Amino acid sequence: MALKTESFALNIGPLHPSTHGVFRMRAVLDGEVIANMEPVFGYLHRGIEKLAEERTYTGVIPLTDRLDYLASMSNNLAYVLAVEKLAEISAPERATYLRVILAELQRIASHLIAVGAFVNDCGAFFTPFLYMFREREKILDLFEMLSGQRLLYNYMRIGGFNQDIPDEFLPALQKFVSQMPGFIDEYDRLLAENEILLARTKGVGILPQDLAVNISASGPVLRASGVKWDIRKADPYCGYDRFEFDIPTGTAGDCYDRYRVRIEEMRQSLRIIEQAMKQLPSGAVKSTVPYLVRPPAGEAYAHIEAPKGELGFYLVSDNSIAPYRCHIRAPSLINLTALRDMTVGWKVADLIVIFGSIDITMGEVDR
Amino acid sequence: MKFEHFGTGIIKGLAVTLRHLFRKPITTQYPEQKLTTSRRARGNELVWDITKCTACGTCAKACPQGVIRIVTSAKPVENRYVVEKFEVDTGYCIFCGLCVEACPFQSLLMGYSYERAKYRRHEVVHTNEMLLPSAKRPASGYMYPKLAKALPPQTLLIERDEVKG
Amino acid sequence: MVLNPGLGMEYHWQALPPDWPGNFWWHWLAFSVIILAFVLGLVMGFIWLERRGIGRFQIRLGPNRTGPFGLLQPIADAVKVLLKENIVPAAADKIVHWLAPLVAFVPTLMIFAVVPFQDGALLADLNVGVLYIVAISSISTVGIFMAGWSSSNKYSLLAAMRDVATVVSYEIPVVLSLAGVVLLAGSLSLNQIVMAQDIPFILLQPLAFLLFFIAASAEINRTPFDLLEADSELVAGFHIEYSGMKFALFYLTEYAEALAVSAIIATLFLGGWRGPVLPPWLWFVGKVVAVFSVMFWIRSTLPRVRIDQLMALAWKFLLPLALINLVVTAVQVLAWPEASLWAMVPVNVAIMAALVVTWSRLLKLGGGRVEV
Repeated sequence: MALKTESFALNIGPLHPSTHGVFRMRAVLDGEVIANMEPVFGYLHRGIEKLAEERTYTGVIPLTDRLDYLASMSNNLAYVLAVEKLAEISAPERATYLRVILAELQRIASHLIAVGAFVNDCGAFFTPFLYMFREREKILDLFEMLSGQRLLYNYMRIGGFNQDIPDEFLPALQKFVSQMPGFIDEYDRLLAENEILLARTKGVGILPQDLAVNISASGPVLRASGVKWDIRKADPYCGYDRFEFDIPTGTAGDCYDRYRVRIEEMRQSLRIIEQAMKQLPSGAVKSTVPYLVRPPAGEAYAHIEAPKGELGFYLVSDNSIAPYRCHIRAPSLINLTALRDMTVGWKVADLIVIFGSIDITMGEVDR
Repeated sequence: MKFEHFGTGIIKGLAVTLRHLFRKPITTQYPEQKLTTSRRARGNELVWDITKCTACGTCAKACPQGVIRIVTSAKPVENRYVVEKFEVDTGYCIFCGLCVEACPFQSLLMGYSYERAKYRRHEVVHTNEMLLPSAKRPASGYMYPKLAKALPPQTLLIERDEVKG
Repeated sequence: MVLNPGLGMEYHWQALPPDWPGNFWWHWLAFSVIILAFVLGLVMGFIWLERRGIGRFQIRLGPNRTGPFGLLQPIADAVKVLLKENIVPAAADKIVHWLAPLVAFVPTLMIFAVVPFQDGALLADLNVGVLYIVAISSISTVGIFMAGWSSSNKYSLLAAMRDVATVVSYEIPVVLSLAGVVLLAGSLSLNQIVMAQDIPFILLQPLAFLLFFIAASAEINRTPFDLLEADSELVAGFHIEYSGMKFALFYLTEYAEALAVSAIIATLFLGGWRGPVLPPWLWFVGKVVAVFSVMFWIRSTLPRVRIDQLMALAWKFLLPLALINLVVTAVQVLAWPEASLWAMVPVNVAIMAALVVTWSRLLKLGGGRVEV
């Protein structure tokens, strides 16, 4: 006997505990199953691209902090690289190495939140989340030591850094790097083989390889689908070609692979940091750059492998002190485009898990 | 989708959480216990050295938010401009520190204190004397390594949390 | 093998109270007060224990501001929640919305009528005690469904549906795993079952204990089966539209159910009030707290399962194992030599391990993507 059923629309967000900010998903549900899903964004739009046109090249750096506020250092790096490309400035060697160290530390911090929040979305009662926040806290301590703030660092400058690292930084970093692998092993013991987590994430929300490439996904989301694509290898910046590291990839492209890729990337980041610390040269951290940079008219695009994917800054200069146009290629937004294809047919609970596994920051999606 | 390891993973996870039960909590009970902030802390409020300021206005130009307002008198005294009004609207300030970096005469510093919340909106606008350094509003070592050396070292979680997993 | 030789009706009534003036009425009054105090007091204690305990599991401190060690925190929370505005959604079914917390709470309280605090110290030594518990405990589901339905909120409706599905499925493994204990003890009365436990039944019936623990956790919606409050999906589930005292009643129900399950486990599997040296009631409370501690230890560790996996676990894992356990127990009760009861312990543990391992290999949890 076929019962008459009726689907209904359910608004998930913008005020919902697991939308990682103010994201809204208008889901059409058939019982518990998602029949259709429409993402709605724009609740956190602040017009950063437009604001950037009114500020000096240096004055935009604090704005980039506020894009992906869980990875401010990476945003700074991407923007600064774009301006340096545009104005044909090169940073000193020491600054380049420091940038690598900081970007990789930032990647660990961002992945810790990504994994923690993802497991929280799976329903764990904050325990992995808090364990990971503990380690992130240590990274934030280091960043605070360098830049004076814990979230919005504003530390990188065009042509280097605004000030050199303090003496106590490297010992503390050394201690962190030696401790961290033990903690990652602990997360693995806590989560990697957990049957419930496996049941919730294995085979769930598969992003096929061709779809991932077609939507130009990047970062762990792309790599979990089995594509070995990492800008640090494909188009090395900041001398990433001098370091030895692997690109972890997944096979199935499901939520579990995305989680595993992030955990493995943390280990690789630690490897890079160790190498960079050994090779760190002394010298200046900033090349001589006029306070008001006036790049020649033209355009430049610089991209880095941010924790969430390819973060690119496209800058157009008209030879004035402010960018004529600043466009941001935000990985969160582009990775989100496959959300509908990944979720339709799964259950409400899976929707949250899949959404959490993409790891977005609304500050970057809406800009 | 199987119970791949018939519950061993769950038991391992339970062991991890059980071990954490015997670790020292990392909580800092804020109002009573306070962590020392970074020596370069970009704390609330700017600190202004009136004797060194020449009212050149570089800080005001560097500010991305347009928060700093300087009014100088037209009549110089002892061959210097006299600052009539140096106003910082900390309500709009984003504490990026660009003004401190820009100051060529080392007369503008970031504050080291934090708990500076106010009850009224007009109180967040600081003018002249309110910006001067005092015991309550020390200056931080942001961009000034010599000042930073004098400040107490930052408390790091990594120093406290010794237990390895 | 019979664990309670000479167990008849005569003995049964001996356990009842002495001839107090007013006969049973005083007994009932006294025990009603005791049960209320026990439930409310221990629920407060549980809330405190869980918050502090989970805090320590998560290397935090937990609430420690109100009173010594934060002991007054539940009271402060209760006062806060009492003073809150009672908000009823405009489109709600007002009467049902009002009635739901009561319907959920009262049956939970009624479970404790048959739980013995020490020998004979219980409100009513029903000779169908286990059956009574099983029957009464499922009524609070009606209250939860009423709450979910009457709130006229899609989240709470989803949660209510999930709860009904859960309880309908999990009642069966609960009853079947309890049947093993009943077979072994030869009585349905909880007091008699405690009397029969010279060896705690957790050792004689390890599989039944495991199944009952899982199924009961699912029925009272403790993590990893807290689907109907799933805060990451359904925000707060069935009580999303409740505030003030009505919310407090649901909160109370949740912990009272956890207390009830802990008490039942302590009684049926851990030997209830029996134990050396300490007074019996203290043994009982200690065992209850120990069982509850395991519950929040699990809560602090595990993620949540999905609704179809929850169903699959009930029907494909718990139910067959419970049936097998029942058969094995029946054979053992008939054929096992009474003298070598301790020898049954390793045998049953081995049976449990073998069954769990083989069945986990066979089990396939839930389906994948549904074409819509």
